[in-house]
Amino acid sequence: MAIEGADIIKAASLLGAGLAMGLGAIGPGVGEGMAAAKACEAIGRNPKEAGLLTRTMLVGQAVSESTGIYSLVIALLLLFVVG
Amino acid sequence: MTLELQTWVDIAAYFGGATAMGLGAIGAAIGEGFTASQANIAISRSPERSGEILRSMLVGQAIAESASIFSLVVAMILLFSRIDAVSYITVLAVLGAGLSMGFGAIGSGVGSGFPAGAACIGLERQPGMSSRITTNMLIGSAVCQTPSIFAMVTAFILIFMDFSNSPVNPTWAAVLGAGLAAGVSAIGSGIGGGVVAQNSVEGISRRPSAMRSVTNVMLLGQAITQTPAILGLLVGFLLIFMEFPATDQVAPAMALLGAGLCMGIGAIGPGIGEGIASSGGVKWIARNESLTGTITRTMLVGMAVAESTAIYAMVIALVLIFVV
Repeated sequence: MAIEGADIIKAASLLGAGLAMGLGAIGPGVGEGMAAAKACEAIGRNPKEAGLLTRTMLVGQAVSESTGIYSLVIALLLLFVVG
Repeated sequence: MTLELQTWVDIAAYFGGATAMGLGAIGAAIGEGFTASQANIAISRSPERSGEILRSMLVGQAIAESASIFSLVVAMILLFSRIDAVSYITVLAVLGAGLSMGFGAIGSGVGSGFPAGAACIGLERQPGMSSRITTNMLIGSAVCQTPSIFAMVTAFILIFMDFSNSPVNPTWAAVLGAGLAAGVSAIGSGIGGGVVAQNSVEGISRRPSAMRSVTNVMLLGQAITQTPAILGLLVGFLLIFMEFPATDQVAPAMALLGAGLCMGIGAIGPGIGEGIASSGGVKWIARNESLTGTITRTMLVGMAVAESTAIYAMVIALVLIFVV
């Protein structure tokens, strides 16, 4: 089969989208899990502050999520906008 | 040089079998080594109980070994059973089967070693509670093996399914992607499930009266930790069983391979993270059983947020399969 340039570009961008989102999901998953574990510990030590501790956990997890969102944006760009 | 189709299938089968066993040996060995290290620490504290601790170590190591036994079985099948060469898809299918089982055994092997090690330490600390500790270890370790079973099922389907009616391009990439999706996604969930079980066994050994709550939350946490591997299995099955139209372009094939890689790699982090989250939960529920409701709520919220990137990966994978 004769392979054209445009076809290879599209193939590369699709494969890249998969790799971008795949690798990008590793970090936020581990980081947010660690935040949740320590939130459980903090509530175990000081149950009266459960509301404040949960809120802090969510804020911290949202920041950790940011790089995952960047990966999602790049993946979507590679899928639909570029090439 | 042009080779016959059957030669290519044999090449892929031997390479796939080699990869299945080579990768599959990693996890179980690491997990069992961890168990042995904990057993020795426990025996150094109480040498008179060495017989009981050694028995517990061997039982726990046997469960961790099962993941690599699955790999051995798949490798033997790939080496010795005659796989008929029906099309070029078979070449990539048997390679994908080997990769699926190989990667899938890593996480479960490592993960099952953790609760076994915690059981050895716990038995030394609370010898009177050996039945409770051992029961909890067995339950936790067994659940930890499920991702490698998913990977083995996918490997068997890839080896034995007849692809003769499917177009070579892009189905070759679909079967390879399916193997990667099911196999790589099992890594995170296996390790995560093991971390939960480890802290659950440790918690019960510190406070045996909390066994009921701790076991319930352990099972809940382990079940949710398995979901990234289930998503990987789902994407794998979609790639195997869907009919893709024939094309002579490379891009649709790369889309399917990318979908498999995306879901596979994307499930690693959330699996480990949710395991760490629920391990924190069971640890502190064991210390203070009255806080079970509050801690479980926060644990579930945190695990749901950690799942989000696995959902993103699944969305991208589904877009790659269905839309692009």
